[in-house]
Amino acid sequence: MSHALISVPKAVKRGQVFEIKTLISHRMETGFRADAKGQLVPRDIIQRFTCTYNGVEVFNLKLSPAIAANPFISFFTVATESGTIALRWTGDNGFAVEETVSIKVE
Amino acid sequence: MDEAMTHVPPLRAATRRVFLVRSSGATAALVLGASAATVSHAPPAHATPAMLEAAIRGVVGNAPLRPGKITLDLPPLAENGNSVSMTVSVDSPMTEADHVKAIHVFNEKNPQPHVLSAALGPRAGRAQLTARIKLNDSQTVVAIAETSVGEFWRASAEVIVTLAACVEEQPS
Amino acid sequence: MSRRRVSAGLLRAAVCLGAALAAPLAAGQTPDGQRRSGYDDMSKSVQAMQDDDMANPGMLWVRDGEGLWNRRVGSADKACADCHAGIGSISGVAARYPAFEATLGRPIALEQRINLCRTNHQRTEPLGPESRELLALSAYVAQQSRGQPIAPPADPRLQPFIEGGEALYARRQGQLNLSCAQCHDDNSGRKLGSATIPQGHPSAYPIYRLEWQSLGSLKRRLRNCLIGMRAEPYDYGAQEYVDLELFLMSRARGMKLESPGVRP
Repeated sequence: MSHALISVPKAVKRGQVFEIKTLISHRMETGFRADAKGQLVPRDIIQRFTCTYNGVEVFNLKLSPAIAANPFISFFTVATESGTIALRWTGDNGFAVEETVSIKVE
Repeated sequence: MDEAMTHVPPLRAATRRVFLVRSSGATAALVLGASAATVSHAPPAHATPAMLEAAIRGVVGNAPLRPGKITLDLPPLAENGNSVSMTVSVDSPMTEADHVKAIHVFNEKNPQPHVLSAALGPRAGRAQLTARIKLNDSQTVVAIAETSVGEFWRASAEVIVTLAACVEEQPS
Repeated sequence: MSRRRVSAGLLRAAVCLGAALAAPLAAGQTPDGQRRSGYDDMSKSVQAMQDDDMANPGMLWVRDGEGLWNRRVGSADKACADCHAGIGSISGVAARYPAFEATLGRPIALEQRINLCRTNHQRTEPLGPESRELLALSAYVAQQSRGQPIAPPADPRLQPFIEGGEALYARRQGQLNLSCAQCHDDNSGRKLGSATIPQGHPSAYPIYRLEWQSLGSLKRRLRNCLIGMRAEPYDYGAQEYVDLELFLMSRARGMKLESPGVRP
C-alpha cells in the first residue's frame, strides 16, 4: 500500500509562492539496525524525491538513511501557470511512486 | 560502558536501553545471547566529528563557510530520535541572479554523516524545506546553503535526544 | 537473577518507588479535573505532528482504511460501506468501545468487532493482530469519533469486566513487582529515564508511536508496558487486554478522543 498524501492550495495567484506538503508510507530501513538474531537488516530507503511543475523540475531532494520513516517533505514553489505538479519518490528495491495534482493559477 | 557491550551489534547508541534489556531475564538473554554469534560486517556504530567535517568539505571544497543567512530549526530536546521535525530556511531573494542552489544537512553521530541534500532554484520562490530526521544520539546537526553566486552559509543546532521508557522486544 | 548489570538509574527508580509505596494500593483514580492526555505531556513539536493531518503519519493508515471500508470482500461480496450506510454512521462508535458482545458473553474491543463483521457478515477471513489492514480499518473508524468524548456504555453486563480490568491495573507483577497504578496513578508527570510518565489514558488509539515508526494498537502499547515492567506479556488474543482497555476507557470517561494520535 504505497500511497502518498499531498497538499497543495486549491487555487493560487500568478507569482504567488506556495507550499507543497507530502507524506508517504515507507519504512526507511537504515541498514544499520540488527534484528533479534544479530543479523543486519538490509537498507531499504527512498533515495530521491523530485517535483516537476508542467515538466520542469523545481525541487530535487536526495534522502539518506537519516530521514525518518514515513517521510514528510514540504517545500515551496512559485505559481507560474495552471497545470500539473508531479511528485516522484524512488528508492531501493525498485521503489517508484508518482503522484500528480492539478494546480489552478489565476 | 561495560566491556561486553562491544560484542553487541551496532544498534542505535541507546546505551540505557541495552542496559535495561540486559538486566532482565530469559527473553532478553535470548536476544543478546543470539546476537553475539553472528555480526555482519557492520559500519562503525556512529560517525565521528572528523567524518562530519569530511562530508562538509566534500560538498563545500575549500570555499569559506560563513555563519548567517541560513536558519536550522530543530527542537532542543527530542523525545524520540526516530523522528525529529526539522525546518531549514535561507534568507535569499531567490532571483535568477542570486538564489540558493542547494541546501545540505549533515549530522555528527549517526552511522553516516549525511541527512539530506536539496537542489533548488529561482522556481522555488522561497528557500525553505521541512523534513523529519533520525538522530542516533544527542548531537550537533549542521546545515549549509550553497548560493548561485558561489557563497556557502552555515548554521548548526544542538539536539538532546531522549529515549522512550517502555519499549518492546527487538524486531525480528 | 544477576543484579550486577541492572543500570543504576533503573535500580534507583525501582527502589524509590518500592520505598515510597510500601503499603498496598487500590488503583487510585485521578480526579477528573486533573486528567491529562499523553498529548499534554508531549513537546510542541510532536503535538504539531499530531495536529496537522498532512504531517500525522496515522492519516496514511486512515486513508488506507477508507479504501478497505469501501472494498467488497468475502463470499457475501459486501463492503463495510454496504451495511453501514456511509462512514458517518460510524461516528461515535470508537468512543464507546469496548462493548458487550452477547453471542460471546463478554466485552470485545473494536478490532474484534471489525473481525466479527468480516467473518459473520462479509464471510471472509479475519484480519491478523497488528496487521496493516486491521490497523487501517481501526484508524479509519476511530478517526470518525475524533473530538468526541470517550463514552463507555452504561451497560451493567460490563461491570464485572471493568472490575477485572481494574484489578489487573492495580496488581503488582513482573520482575520489578510494579503495578500499572504505581506509575500511571502515583507517579504520572514525573520522569522514568528521560520520558515523562503519562497518566495512561487510551484517548488516541490507534497511535503512531515514534518509537515504533508505525501505527499500532493499544494492545501493542500495553505489551510494551508489560515488557517494560519485566512481566510476561499476555498472548495477543488474551481477554486481559480487553478488560484492561475497558477499565482504562472508563477511567478516561469524558476525555476527548484524538485518534489517530502521535506519541513518542
